[in-house]
This record gives sequence, structure tokens and C-alpha cells, in this order.
Amino acid sequence: MSTTTTDLQNELDAVEGSHTSHDDHHHGPEKGLMRWIKTTNHKDIGTLYIWFAFTMLLIGGAMAMVIRAELFQPGLQLVEPQFFNQMTTLHGLIMVFGAIMPAFVGLANWQIPLMIGAKDMALPRMNNWSFWILPFAGAMLLSTLFMQGGGPAFGWTFYAPLSTTFAPESTDYFIFAIHMLGFSSIMGAINVIATIMNMRAPDMKLMDMPLFVWTWFITAFLLIAAMPVLAGAVTMMLTDRNFGTSFFDAAGGGDPVMFQHIFWFFGHPEVYIMILPAFGIISQIIPTFARKPLFGYSSMVYATASIALLSFVVWGHHMFLAGMPIGGQLYFMYATILISVPTGVKVFNWVTTMWRGSMSFETPMLWAVAFVILFTIGGFSGLMLGIAPADIQYQDTYFVVAHFHYVLVTGALFSIIAAVFYWLPKWCGRMYNERLAKIHFWWAVISVNVLFFPQHFLGLAGMPRRIPDYSLQFADFNMISSIGGFAFGASFFLLTYIIVDCIRNGEPVKDARVWESAKGLEWTVATPAPYHTFDSPPSKEMILKESSHIHHVEGSH
Amino acid sequence: MLGNRFLLRSKETSFFFKSLSFLPLFFISQNAFAEFGFNLPKGVTSISRDIYGLHMLIFWVCVGIAILVFSVMAWSMYFHRKSRGAVASNFHESTAVELVWTLAPLAVLIAIAFPATKVLIDLENTEKADMTVKITGYQWKWQYEYMNEGVSFFSNLDKASRDATGSAEARANHANYLLEVDNRLVLPTGKRIRFLMTSNDVIHSWWVRDLGVKQDANPGFINDSWAKIDVPGVYRGQCTELCGKDHGFMPIVVEAKSEADYNKWLDDKKAEQKAAAAAGDREWTKDELMVQGQKVYSSTCASCHGVTGQGVPGVFPAISGSKIASGDVKGHIAIVMNGKAGTAMQAFGKQLSDSDLAAVITFERNALNNHTGDLVQPATIKSAR
Repeated sequence: MSTTTTDLQNELDAVEGSHTSHDDHHHGPEKGLMRWIKTTNHKDIGTLYIWFAFTMLLIGGAMAMVIRAELFQPGLQLVEPQFFNQMTTLHGLIMVFGAIMPAFVGLANWQIPLMIGAKDMALPRMNNWSFWILPFAGAMLLSTLFMQGGGPAFGWTFYAPLSTTFAPESTDYFIFAIHMLGFSSIMGAINVIATIMNMRAPDMKLMDMPLFVWTWFITAFLLIAAMPVLAGAVTMMLTDRNFGTSFFDAAGGGDPVMFQHIFWFFGHPEVYIMILPAFGIISQIIPTFARKPLFGYSSMVYATASIALLSFVVWGHHMFLAGMPIGGQLYFMYATILISVPTGVKVFNWVTTMWRGSMSFETPMLWAVAFVILFTIGGFSGLMLGIAPADIQYQDTYFVVAHFHYVLVTGALFSIIAAVFYWLPKWCGRMYNERLAKIHFWWAVISVNVLFFPQHFLGLAGMPRRIPDYSLQFADFNMISSIGGFAFGASFFLLTYIIVDCIRNGEPVKDARVWESAKGLEWTVATPAPYHTFDSPPSKEMILKESSHIHHVEGSH
Repeated sequence: MLGNRFLLRSKETSFFFKSLSFLPLFFISQNAFAEFGFNLPKGVTSISRDIYGLHMLIFWVCVGIAILVFSVMAWSMYFHRKSRGAVASNFHESTAVELVWTLAPLAVLIAIAFPATKVLIDLENTEKADMTVKITGYQWKWQYEYMNEGVSFFSNLDKASRDATGSAEARANHANYLLEVDNRLVLPTGKRIRFLMTSNDVIHSWWVRDLGVKQDANPGFINDSWAKIDVPGVYRGQCTELCGKDHGFMPIVVEAKSEADYNKWLDDKKAEQKAAAAAGDREWTKDELMVQGQKVYSSTCASCHGVTGQGVPGVFPAISGSKIASGDVKGHIAIVMNGKAGTAMQAFGKQLSDSDLAAVITFERNALNNHTGDLVQPATIKSAR
């Protein structure tokens, strides 16, 4: 095999005296398409996941544009109500299962082995399979749009009996797609746990792990616990639809509200599945650009674990109005608002990490700061929604739409964009265009607020969610929101350009430590990261030196 | 208080605002602010006011925390930046500080939980009601039954709104586009009213913001809620649980009247229903049936089967040229009256009077491109029951 760039990098790496001592005879990536189909390399699979997620983000985003275009002014202009419902349903499903979750798995694939000094993921072949299920599941989900009767039109929460007795034929394909997406997620989660438990550098203690690894570790347990519950829910739907059971049909002794209990027993951990890795990312980025160790490392870990545990016991707050006895409402209200304590700890820790730091605002830091502010706003509306009596006026209105878009778009998605800008130079050995990236940041952050902030007002003014047309009193804010939506949607063209431009023409980066004060084992391998890293584990000294919190060996304060 | 009463746009509202124009500026701007709809209204029941109080309490708590957290952030982002020569300090933990910011929020939460619990206990107490109204959700309309009064009717989106979805001009001329119905739910003020919610098909949710009432209507189960309306007026709301294609087109309009006016309305309604029942006892002409049939068709059938009977391919079957509407009349009557299990086709025998059923079936068989010439009389329906 001829000398590839990667091999050169490996040699360069060795010359620079990095710890990564590579065997000379290991092989680089295969050429052509088969590289991507057959790959078991965590970096390749991470790349596949991220590009898949980005593609789905654009598809789901296009659906959001249809929604915002129809809602631009009152009246039915562009689409039929039934198609509108298919758009809201598939937009939600695709963003959750196709964009946010795979993006985090992609980041985990790339970064976890690099951050714990592991050669690769523990189960590389399963890793390949869990990725390659996704394009088929996603394609099947999208294909329902072209079936007779149209795609699923019952909301991403697919409440029975709208999703069983009253659903279109294509629902069975939707169920199959959900099963496959679930398989993929569970296998991805098993792989993360196995990797962290077994492949971690021998000298790395659990409490030496970077926060991103910690949050993903906890997220993986959430996935393993929650996804089978979703699989159970859709399986019951399948048998209700086709095999004469009545799990969710009162006429046969079932209960439609039981569907909601099962769905949200999955659904609430699911929202933390989409935000805990984000917490990890932000906890990596802020210390780097504040040039100061993360404040309260161990309380961050404990806060993450307590949020994860609490996430299993609060599902009923999605169902305050479904006919819940008062005892249930009180319990779920108390448990829900309790979550704001560990979440508050996290925000306070990030802010204190910035306090008396020496801050600079490169693009990843801009996104991280925007995350802290905007996620906190989403947290506030979450606290309001958690108050059961007040929820009467918020439930199923645009106030909820605003809330979960603040936590999922300016929360989860912003953290993913921050992570990509933070680690992209390490991945491809090239620097993105900082000026363009900053323009893109301001464009996106302003437009996303124009898009979602007025939706709080719409909800309080009485506009229900998931309606294709509305009373004239909601016209002004809907138009503002749509304008913000179009601008935010357009910002992704610029983002695509910035990323592609960086990969193809970006200024080469040679320093292993791309950001001067970044800490972590990923910054000890060459830039761009060689195809194989950490063939031998990093030393104890290096682990302690790169630890994200100050270690006792350096003397504590 | 007046401003809150008139929050939703209505003909009364614009007249009200015009008549206000001589008042001091601050008063107008206050109302204009409310009109623009940034916030919840206080509403017209004790519950809606309690909820409003809670809402504002949590809102201000959040604002307080936000000011605290974001100013610390802003301060560090301005003063502790590298470009200003800030040197990073190295502190990274403090048990005391972390304890404070764990316990202080906990105390705030407990302080919020007390009033929230009190309000919840009050609004869940549906005992000692003066009257009960049963609300049943259908795809896509509401049925109101006044328990023990023998009065019951359906409430559909008004025809003017339905016609205005495609016309900006018609919308501009409709003061309550998508928030008006053919039959309003009329309720007395000053009475403790218990609502029972259930559904005939999928889950719906009955929400009138000014009453502080929102409750899911589940098929096969009954939920309850209550309200005591203080101020006469018209209060509007919508279905808030996705219930299929026309989820956005099943509004709720509550008209609260003084007890005397309500009683008069109730008597009129009873007389009206009696007359409607009697209408089924006589022979109808074809013209009568066709006129009434078109009315029933557009309010009851058109949302699924289409204004011209074309249906929605793969979802809702067409009536134009269908086997049922042009085949045996008995089969047609049976499916309209009994519905079709496992589909959205409801059993309209339970919803419509003999004459309305006769009229709509006659209409379907002699319009929408069907030309059977059949005439269905109310008596035929009566014997088919």
C-alpha cells in the first residue's frame, strides 16, 4: 500500500514524540465506497453518523419550512390539513430519531475513544451495523409520505387511538421504522458502555473521565432502559391494529391513557437522552475558552446522574390533563420541579467556570455561551410547565412548542454545532473560516429567537399547537415567527458551506492541541487525528495532566 | 377587569375599543397591550385567576433568577476576557458555594409548591355542583348535554369560518374567524358548573382559557372539571389535543348569561328541540329535504367527504358515484346511522334527528354527482332505528 497522508501524519506524530506509537504495518482506510460500507473504524462510523444526522436535519428542517410557510398567515394556502399533520409528525420524528440522537452517537463514536485513550469502540462490527440500520429506517419512515393515505399524521407522540384505529395504512411501516431506530440506539448505547467500561486507559479512573464521556455513559443507560419501552408501545400498537388486541381501546377493556403512560415512560428519559450529552459538550468547551478548569467537576457528575434518575419518575407531567388523580398530579409536580435543582447546579457551575477566567470567544465558545443562556430560558419555561395548575393554560399550546424548541434547538442542536466547530479541526486537520463562522453564529442565534420567542406569546394568547390555520388575532406573531424560521432555515446553507469549505480548503492545522488551553487526551494525538489512535494506552502522567479537573498531584487549592 | 373580559377579538371588542378612544392614553395602551396578547388573561373564574396568580409568581421568580445568573455571566464575559488582559484564576470547587446554590433553589421551589398545591386541590374539587354539562368530543365537533334537562346539541365550526379558509377577504370580514360555532354552549353566571368530558372517537381536549378549564376528553372514560363564571360574556377556546385532520377547526364558544337569561334560553331550547322532533312525524317534500340535507351535509359530512363529495383518496372515501350512495338505499341508511367500526365514520343515528338523517341521505343520493332520484322520509329512518 502506498504511503498515504494518514501514514505521514502518523510518522509526524511519532517524530513529535507523541505517546501514540503506531505499528507501521496497520492499514489505513480502504478506498472508495466500500470503505464506508464495511468500516469498523470508530472515526469513519462517527463521520457517517454525523453526515446522516446532518442530512436528516436538512430534511426535517425542510418540513419545518413547510409548516412555517403554511402558518405565515391565516387561511389554508399551501397544504391540506392532513398533509400539514404529516409534516408536524415527521418533522418531530425525524429531528428526534434522525438528527439529534444520531448526531450525538456520531460525536460519541469520534470522541469517546479519543478521550479515554482507547483504540476503538469495544464492539466495532456491531458499531457498523447500528449505523447502517439508520439509513434504511429513515428511508422507510420517509417513504410513508408517498403511500396511499399518506404518512403518519398523529404527531410525534402518536397517541392512541388516533395512531391505531384512526391511522392511515402506512402506520405499520412507521412502527417498523421505530423498531429499527430503537435497535440502532440500543446497540449504540451498549457499545458506549462496553467501550467506557472495558477500553478506557487502564490508569484512567472513572472520576478522571472528561464530562462528555461521563454524560454519554449515563445517557447510554437511559437509552438501554427507555428504548425497549418505546418498542413495547409500538408493538402494542401493531397488535391493536392488526391482531385484534385492545391494549389502548376502551371498547375492548383497554385504556388509551395507558398508551400515554408507556409513551412518556420512554419519552421523558428520551428528552434527557437528547440533552445530557449536550451538557457534556458544554462542559468541555467552556473551560477551554475560559482558560480555567471546570468548576465543580464532581458535582457535575452527580448532577448528571441525579437528573438521569429523576428522568424516570416524572413522566406524568406530560399528562396532567389526561385525567390524572390529584395525588398523581401533586407527586409528578413535586418530582418535576425538583429536577430544576441539579439542572441549576450545572448552569451555576458553567457560569462560575467563566467567572474570573480569561475568556475568548471563538466560534465553539459562542455557541456554548448561547447554549447556556437559551437552554436556561427553556429551563424556565419548563419549570413553569411543571406547575400542574398552571399547566392547564400551557399544555398543548405554542407555549409548549416554544419551550421544547428552546431546549432542543438552542439546547441540543446548538451543543452539536458547538461540538462540530470545536472538534472539526482535530478531525480533518483544517481550520474553518472563523469570520464566516461568526457571521453564521449571529445570523442563526438572532433568527432562532425571532422564530421561537414569539411562540411563548402565541401560546399564552391561546393558540393550540398542531393546527394548520388560526384565528386572526394570532397573525402578527405567527408572521414574525415564520420570518425568523425562514432566516434560521437559510442559515444552514451557510453552515453547510462553512463545513465543506473547511474540510476541502481550510487552513491546515498542525498543532495537536488545536485550542491553546484545551485539555483532554484527544488533544495529544496528531492533527488531523490519525486513522488509528492509542494503539497503546496513554500513561498515567498524561491522563492526570489532561484531566479536566485539577488533580491532587498538582496540589489542590 | 374589562380589558380581560374583552381579550379575544369580537364585534363587541372593536366597538368597545372605539368607544374607549376618549379615555386617558394609559388606559388605552393598557388595553392595546392586552389586545396584542403577550400574556395570559386573568379570566373570569376563581380558578383562572388563581392560575394567573401562580403563572405570574413563577414568571417573576424565573425573571429574578435570570437577572442574577445572566448578569454574572455578562459581567465575566465583559471583564474577564482575554483581550482585556484578564488572567485566569484557578479555583475549581467550593463545597460551601455549591451547597448554597443547591439549597437556595430548593427553598424557592418549596415556596412555589405551597400555593400551587392549594390551587390544585381547589380546582380538582368538583363536588357541590349546581349543574352538570357533559361534553363529548367527536371528529370534529363538540356535543353538549345538559344533564337532567333533556337538552343536548352539537356545536360545529360556523359556516362562515369554513368558507373563509380560502379567502383573505372573507377572513377579514369575520371577527372571530375559526373561533365561532353554530350552537354556543350557553351557561349561567354565578353557578358552580361541573363539566364531564368524554369522547366518541379519538382523544380531544376541551379548553376555554378565560374559564381556566382544560381537560382531555378520552374515549371510554370520563374526566371532570368545574367553573363558576363571574361575568356574563362570550368566551372562546379550541380543541387542544391533536385529533386528526380538522383538529384546528373545532372551536368552543361559551356564552355566559345571567341566571334569568339562561333559564329563558333553556326553555327556548327545549321548545326548539321538541319542534325538531315533531318535524320527523310529517311527510317532507323533496325540495325541503334537499335544502335541509345540504345544510346538514356541509356541517356534518363535508369535513371528511369533501364539499363536492370527492373525499380524500386513501383516507376518506368519496360519496360522488360511490356504491353506497348510488346503490341500495337500505345500505346507505344503515352506514349513515350505524357508522363503520374501525374507521372515522361515526354512527350518526345517535347524533342526528330523523328528519336531518332523511334529509342528508336524500341530498347525498341526489346531489354530489349522484342521481338516484330516491326520496328518504323521516318515517323510514324512524322505522330503521
